[in-house]
Amino acid sequence: MLDSKIPQGPIESKWTNYKSSVPLVNPANKRSLEILVVGSGLAGASAAASLAELGYKVKVFCFQDSPRRAHSIAAQGGINAAKNYQNDGDSVYRLFYDTIKGGDYRSREANVHRLAEVSGNIIDQSVASGVPFAREYGGLLSNRSFGGTQVQRTFYAAGQTGQQLLLGAYSGLQRQVGLGNVQLLARHEMLDVVNIDGKCRGIIARDLVSGKLERHFGHAVLLCTGGYGNVFFLSTNAMGSNVTAAWKAHKKGAFFANPCYTQIHPTCIPVSGDHQSKLTLMSESLRNDGRIWVPKSKENAEAIRNGKLNPNDLKEEDRDYYLERRYPAFGNLVPRDVASRAAKERCDAGYGVNKTGEAVYLDFAFNMKYKYGKQEATKKNITNPTEEQLTALGQDVIKEKYGNLFDMYKQITGVDPYKNPMMIYPAVHYTMGGLWVDYNLMTTIPGLYALGEANFSDHGANRLGASALMQGLADGYFVIPYTIGAHLANEISVKPISTDHEAFVTAEKEVSERLAKLLAIKGTKPVDYFHRRIGKIIWDKCGMARNVEGLTWAIAEIQKIREEFWSDVRVTGDANEFNPELEKAGRVADFIELGELMCKDALERNESCGGHFREEFQTEEGEALRDDENFKNVAAWQYNNIGDWTKHQEDLVYENIKIAQRSYK
Amino acid sequence: MSGNMNINLKVWRQKNEKSQGKLVDYKVEGVSPDMSFLEMFDVLNDKLIRDGKDEPIAFDHDCREGICGMCSMYINGRPHGPNQGVTTCQLHMRSFKDGDTIVVEPWRAAAFPVVKDLAVNRSAFDRIISAGGFISVNTGNAQDANSLPIPKDNADEAFAAAACIGCGACVAACKNSSAMLFVSAKVSQLALLPQGNPERNSRVLDMVAQMDAEGFGACTNTGACSAECPKEISLTNIARLNREYFGAQLSSNRT
Repeated sequence: MLDSKIPQGPIESKWTNYKSSVPLVNPANKRSLEILVVGSGLAGASAAASLAELGYKVKVFCFQDSPRRAHSIAAQGGINAAKNYQNDGDSVYRLFYDTIKGGDYRSREANVHRLAEVSGNIIDQSVASGVPFAREYGGLLSNRSFGGTQVQRTFYAAGQTGQQLLLGAYSGLQRQVGLGNVQLLARHEMLDVVNIDGKCRGIIARDLVSGKLERHFGHAVLLCTGGYGNVFFLSTNAMGSNVTAAWKAHKKGAFFANPCYTQIHPTCIPVSGDHQSKLTLMSESLRNDGRIWVPKSKENAEAIRNGKLNPNDLKEEDRDYYLERRYPAFGNLVPRDVASRAAKERCDAGYGVNKTGEAVYLDFAFNMKYKYGKQEATKKNITNPTEEQLTALGQDVIKEKYGNLFDMYKQITGVDPYKNPMMIYPAVHYTMGGLWVDYNLMTTIPGLYALGEANFSDHGANRLGASALMQGLADGYFVIPYTIGAHLANEISVKPISTDHEAFVTAEKEVSERLAKLLAIKGTKPVDYFHRRIGKIIWDKCGMARNVEGLTWAIAEIQKIREEFWSDVRVTGDANEFNPELEKAGRVADFIELGELMCKDALERNESCGGHFREEFQTEEGEALRDDENFKNVAAWQYNNIGDWTKHQEDLVYENIKIAQRSYK
Repeated sequence: MSGNMNINLKVWRQKNEKSQGKLVDYKVEGVSPDMSFLEMFDVLNDKLIRDGKDEPIAFDHDCREGICGMCSMYINGRPHGPNQGVTTCQLHMRSFKDGDTIVVEPWRAAAFPVVKDLAVNRSAFDRIISAGGFISVNTGNAQDANSLPIPKDNADEAFAAAACIGCGACVAACKNSSAMLFVSAKVSQLALLPQGNPERNSRVLDMVAQMDAEGFGACTNTGACSAECPKEISLTNIARLNREYFGAQLSSNRT
């Protein structure tokens, strides 16, 4: 049933051959084909701009007040590309291999290879559109390392790489808006897709300022709507990030793949109290120079928690650099899932270093002094520098590399990270699961596409750092402009369908009734109350570690919360006005339904892989234990009814990589 | 509740763009110093919803990590509040004292009409970018990224200008509601890079023309914009904008 439409031929030539043989749409016909792009992050902005440049008529929707606010903007560390500018042995194959291995052998070879192939073009395109990447004194681009790799292939702009890349894509988008090729609809939220005769033909959107529902026709619809990490309530996602567009598509026929694959990022600022509304990431790039540790003894850990011991005073031999100890080959740069679980293991064992016991140290003192301090001293011909001199010299280098992150840390915690080690703890950051798509990025609804984090295809069970930006821009700049031709070449004779068509009228009516229903409950509890509850359940039972008992309990509990929500939520205001509470209510209702599916998926995947760690399936050393015989596949869920799904499988075939137990030791 | 501070708020309430607004008093109890300013609003809104007497306060916010540029409160007469180089979402209650009275208003500028309460419409900024804040390079046309070395100092300076988050604090801070700092940041970024050179003249002329058309005021070099900018965008960008603008006027064939 699931046809992934992977082209024939050897992996190195699949994409090249595909590009030469995919049907084309001639320029005159492009002008009469309309494409709706939902979401304006890296995938959406780059897709909209590129398609408009080709001549298609494009509409872009975003719920924020400007497309430049999309949450891609918050990505900090960098973007991978197989440029091999460092001459350190990188290649398209290595990037492909690292990504498949990093994803714990649960992603699709052909898609990942294509991603690696176009990675270099992304850097070229971004630089050409004015993205100010970090450079060396010779004027050439600078690189750094990220987790799960042994080469330096990450391009960056201080700790604001996502911002700079998004503003680059946004400027391309705004150029097309100015030229009249793109119609921009900001403060608009997609609330349903409209299918006619088995094809996606448009969407229902709500103008968030007036509250009015609108019908929009498109020959194709692109969902570039990001991930669903906010199902956890506390995550590094933006407050508005949501699953609604993807979920509506799912309920109208698009299969949802691997929902249980979520990424818990190891280096986030720990929770400070009940009021907490979101968590803030400290970029993975910090693990280049920060060493992660906890005290070796529980007594010292307790003394630190009680404020009786300053971590700076703890002797070197009393510290446990547990990642360096357990994984000597990759050290502090192991992939995210491995680093997160290791932090949880130490904290659960009683070695946590903050009041709640859920924090470990990320310490820059050593490299500040002995790596950068010494380098600078040598450059400046300072012989026999003092310890203080070394620290001061090194601090300037650290400041240049990570200044904005250190400032952010200080702003949030009130602690100066130049003087004290940072405290960090894992937090939800990214979702590898998403709408199932074929090689063309098309979902199971013809004409409906999913790009970027919204789809499932490239990161398997765990995403490597600096690969999300790469995938978003690859999909938008270099994949969809080609693959959409396979569908649209057959659509050239289809005249725009009137939005008075019955399907549009019915879809709008359903949306309108649902909004009215939310407002009519007039219960006793705010939307956030339910969001916090569902988030806590999923974090506890479907977070860093999962088991049968917890997941079974969670499913029952989530079903109860769903009923409670629909009978006791209080949504203030009206539907025909700017009403953030109503927006939130709709999103949380969808998160509740998704939460159940996540737990169901986690329960049925009887193995551990990447971010999905089932306690029943681990090696003696506590590493994830895959079951390739039974689970080397994608679980794609078809929606039947509330709480009722059918599972389909796409078997994963590895012809170019030898599957192995993932090892970073 | 997790804290012990009591805060008095005077908050601008306005139903929509057309209606009259006014300041309304609220009291928030049990505020923790570790709370962000917006989390204090979450607490207040939670209470307003549960009490059912008053509608929750609408305000713009999204990433809550100081980078998306969506949050926009005018706090005690200063955009983004009392701290230097900080957005409202990164402002924490430890910057205030128990018993403080805090006045919170939306950005005030003719070019930024109020949507509701503290949320304003900043789409004028998008239109200014559409007028010229880009490099015209279609996807697929780029040469190898390292074929064009750029002196590190220029790249760094371009990056510093590109750090602008488009929040509009510069406009809110300016007595003339001028958008010069915002426009100059983009003009500078692209003028400092060789890729931006071919469209240098038309860019600055078109962006300034759009800025004027949107109803932003003139710049009188007061410098409040840069002083209040959460990303500390430098005033030298405005000087560069002026230089670019006059240069473009002299060399342009436009009349």
